[in-house]
Amino acid sequence: MADKVLMKGNEAIAEAAIIAGCRHYFGYPITPQTEVAAYMAKKMPKIGGVFLQAESEIAAINMVYGVSSAGKRVMTSSSSPGISLKGEGLSYLAGSDLPALVVNVQRGGPGLGGIQPSQSDYFQATRGGGHGDYHMIVLAPASVQEMAELTVKGFELADKYRMTSMILADGTMGQMMEPVSLDFDVAPAPEKPWATTGTKMQREHNIVNSLSLVPEELEQLNFERYKRYKIVEENETRYEEYMVDDADIVIAAFGIAARVSKNAVNEARAQGIKAGLIRPITLWPFPKAPFKKAATHAKAMISVELSMGQMIEDVQLATECRVPVTLCNRAGGMIPSPEQVLEAIKEADKNGGAK
Amino acid sequence: MDYKRVTLLCGHYGSGKTNVAVNMALDLKKRYDSVAVADLDIVNPYFRTKDSAKDFEENGIRLIVSEYANSNLDIPALPQDMYAITDDKSLHVIIDVGGDDRGALALGRIAPALIEENDYEMLLVVNKFRPLTPDAASTIEVMREIEAAGGIRFTGIANNSNLGDETTADDVLASLQYADEVSELSGLPVVMTTVKEDLYNELSGKIENLFPMKLQARPID
Repeated sequence: MADKVLMKGNEAIAEAAIIAGCRHYFGYPITPQTEVAAYMAKKMPKIGGVFLQAESEIAAINMVYGVSSAGKRVMTSSSSPGISLKGEGLSYLAGSDLPALVVNVQRGGPGLGGIQPSQSDYFQATRGGGHGDYHMIVLAPASVQEMAELTVKGFELADKYRMTSMILADGTMGQMMEPVSLDFDVAPAPEKPWATTGTKMQREHNIVNSLSLVPEELEQLNFERYKRYKIVEENETRYEEYMVDDADIVIAAFGIAARVSKNAVNEARAQGIKAGLIRPITLWPFPKAPFKKAATHAKAMISVELSMGQMIEDVQLATECRVPVTLCNRAGGMIPSPEQVLEAIKEADKNGGAK
Repeated sequence: MDYKRVTLLCGHYGSGKTNVAVNMALDLKKRYDSVAVADLDIVNPYFRTKDSAKDFEENGIRLIVSEYANSNLDIPALPQDMYAITDDKSLHVIIDVGGDDRGALALGRIAPALIEENDYEMLLVVNKFRPLTPDAASTIEVMREIEAAGGIRFTGIANNSNLGDETTADDVLASLQYADEVSELSGLPVVMTTVKEDLYNELSGKIENLFPMKLQARPID
């Protein structure tokens, strides 16, 4: 195995982005993601890249728009309140079909909230955040290793589908340290014939723009964009299953909540309860199929979240409400304990699905 | 190890200073009545010695920390009672300094008094497995930046090379050469090599000045 280094999740994102060929980073500091910017500030100048601390989050996302228009791999990162500021830019990126990587290391909210971990930007990430009909590919890492791997994957998917990939992590993932192997293959960026790289008087002008005042044309753009989204749903859905095949109680959890839940599943199994875990890795597209399948044998499901209950709606939609889905949660920067999740499993098992 | 009255822990961002500080304070308390940990970290509000406040209280260890730590006003503030470090000579103190040269800036206020008293040890906490300090040369670079910012010289090296929970005895043994190279380049002795508790017996006798450490528990493993 390749040599490992001990990295914070935020550092792993930054290093993986560099490995993926990203040489343009624009950001603004905010806890708990500041190490992404700090790492880029140290490294980018040494490798001929650009690190720029913008005057605001809004400026940073528009710089991302500019570099992406020129066909280069580019990223920005922030935490919850800063992502809200980037909302307009995210919509413009989508409206212009520009690839980009955006990292959200979530903290408790709403408002300024706190600096401790949270997953309460799930709706914002999977339902838009900005205005208009659009999606982002939303990736939810559950280890420092995955912070690195999904960053590389995020760049690849963004280029392939001309979409924004968002890494939806949380304060724990950003701050915790784990050994990481950074030895992975990176697909080279594809040709971008649409990029504004200068015509050299040899081709028509390329125009990158989200303005379209003729409604028939704008409708057509939306139709075509959603055909592409359909392909992403069919080909890029990712998830991990853990002891689901015979499970009576199935937990849905991503990121840090999935790490906690896995412990609870092991303990429940030790106590004779058939528990299992489905961990969505892509939050959009949401992995509907494994939930639909599990609903044929599970008597209840539990959504474990660091929020007031957001992903639970996708679980209910995916299972078409065939089984009761309960919420096991903490909010405001708190993390559910394995014991709390175990109690929820026992409760669901006792109730046998009758709510 | 033999302690001076004041032990300063400085090093690269994320080299493990806070974890070492917590473990050292508990060790120090076995030998002295009046022990304090001073948290002068003005860089990272996320991991703090204050997270171990309950442990310290139970063990009768005084915590000198900004009263605003972990509060709504968690700004880069120094503790109001930080002069106890230099004024109260009956106190044995471990100082947890923030990472890199930015963190060491906080030392400017007390460095002259520490140098005058001349009963301190300033340890460079190093971890070979951190990505920006993988070799002696890059480690020495960080070391010189810290000395320049803090206005005080290192006296020794604490080899805290680890890969967290996954650290093996071989990892620790593999870090010895790196620690020796840092020692040679800096002219400072390696005063300790840390190791997580469960590897202590295996490595005891093979490494000089081995220091067993408890890692902070996490709910996710």
